[in-house]
Amino acid sequence: MPYRTAREAFMHGVRALLPLSPGVVPFGLLTGVMAISLGLSPGTTMGMTLLFYSGSAQMVALQLLHTGVMPLAIVVTALVINLRFIMYSASLAPHLHHLPRRWTWPLSYMLSDQSYALCSLKLASGELGRFAQHYYAGTAVAMWLVWQLSVLAGIYLGANIPESWSLSFAIPLSFLALLVPGIRSAPSLGAATVGGLIAVFAVDMPYNLGLVSASVGGVVAGVLLESLRKRPSSEALAADAEGETR
Amino acid sequence: MSDLSLWVLFLAVGLGTFVMRLSFVELYGRLRIPALLRRALLYVPASVLAALVLPAVVYPGGQGEFVLANAQIPAAILAAWVAWKTRNTLLTLAVGMGALWLLKYFTG
Repeated sequence: MPYRTAREAFMHGVRALLPLSPGVVPFGLLTGVMAISLGLSPGTTMGMTLLFYSGSAQMVALQLLHTGVMPLAIVVTALVINLRFIMYSASLAPHLHHLPRRWTWPLSYMLSDQSYALCSLKLASGELGRFAQHYYAGTAVAMWLVWQLSVLAGIYLGANIPESWSLSFAIPLSFLALLVPGIRSAPSLGAATVGGLIAVFAVDMPYNLGLVSASVGGVVAGVLLESLRKRPSSEALAADAEGETR
Repeated sequence: MSDLSLWVLFLAVGLGTFVMRLSFVELYGRLRIPALLRRALLYVPASVLAALVLPAVVYPGGQGEFVLANAQIPAAILAAWVAWKTRNTLLTLAVGMGALWLLKYFTG
């Protein structure tokens, strides 16, 4: 429905986002807990959270810091994880590009899987009317606050968790929880299988090249399998976009 | 790693991520994704996540050393099954951690 005022649109955006927070808060808590138990200070952890504003990239960076991978490889891997934002940016651009930079820069910084999932279809259909960007801003600001506050809460929990709990296992588990529901087609299963196996066998390669070659190998496998099946990729797109919305 | 290099790392990821988020909004009409790249991007999450999960599960000590009595492998298989059945992040984490603790408790 078209909104009459900017404030109404913004508040509706906030209210649309809140039901998604049960899926976000545990992941934020875990991120804060992990950072602290890996030896980062609370200030460094919050700085990282503000700069990244991306849970999966932050978990990946923590995992790689934990295993002592060289910094450049950590940067590359975290950015590869975030490549999906280029696709989100492309899909939101027709609806946001006309705004001044004091809008587009903060809104781009706050672009997340969740607010993209909530807004992309509504922006495209034009149902939000002339205050569409306020609705999007409502979802984006609410998501940003939920995320920052849950990491902050995790920081205070993290200080009290003993080593014997093997909590570092929670990182691969959280990736597993993102990965498995995202596999809805044979090509994405192929990509995951090839990527995972190469990573296991190439783990001793220097400079974290094992992870890079595994990622490239998995993507190539996915594209090849898709070409073999010769079907439109729209189904895989929907499934993968859905799998990433948390 | 020193505090300074840690902050440089965070800043690099933060800036890179911001540039990707802003890319098409800023350069609207002047930037296009080639079709093949668009297809390839679809498989990035599955491939990268699997490449992160499998080694972390198979080699609990960090770098490539295979341990036979590795409770993480059955725990991860159980967690994957839960993720497949329920698509619930929290439940997957709870079952995986619970299984790891039980296995470690009973095998010493």
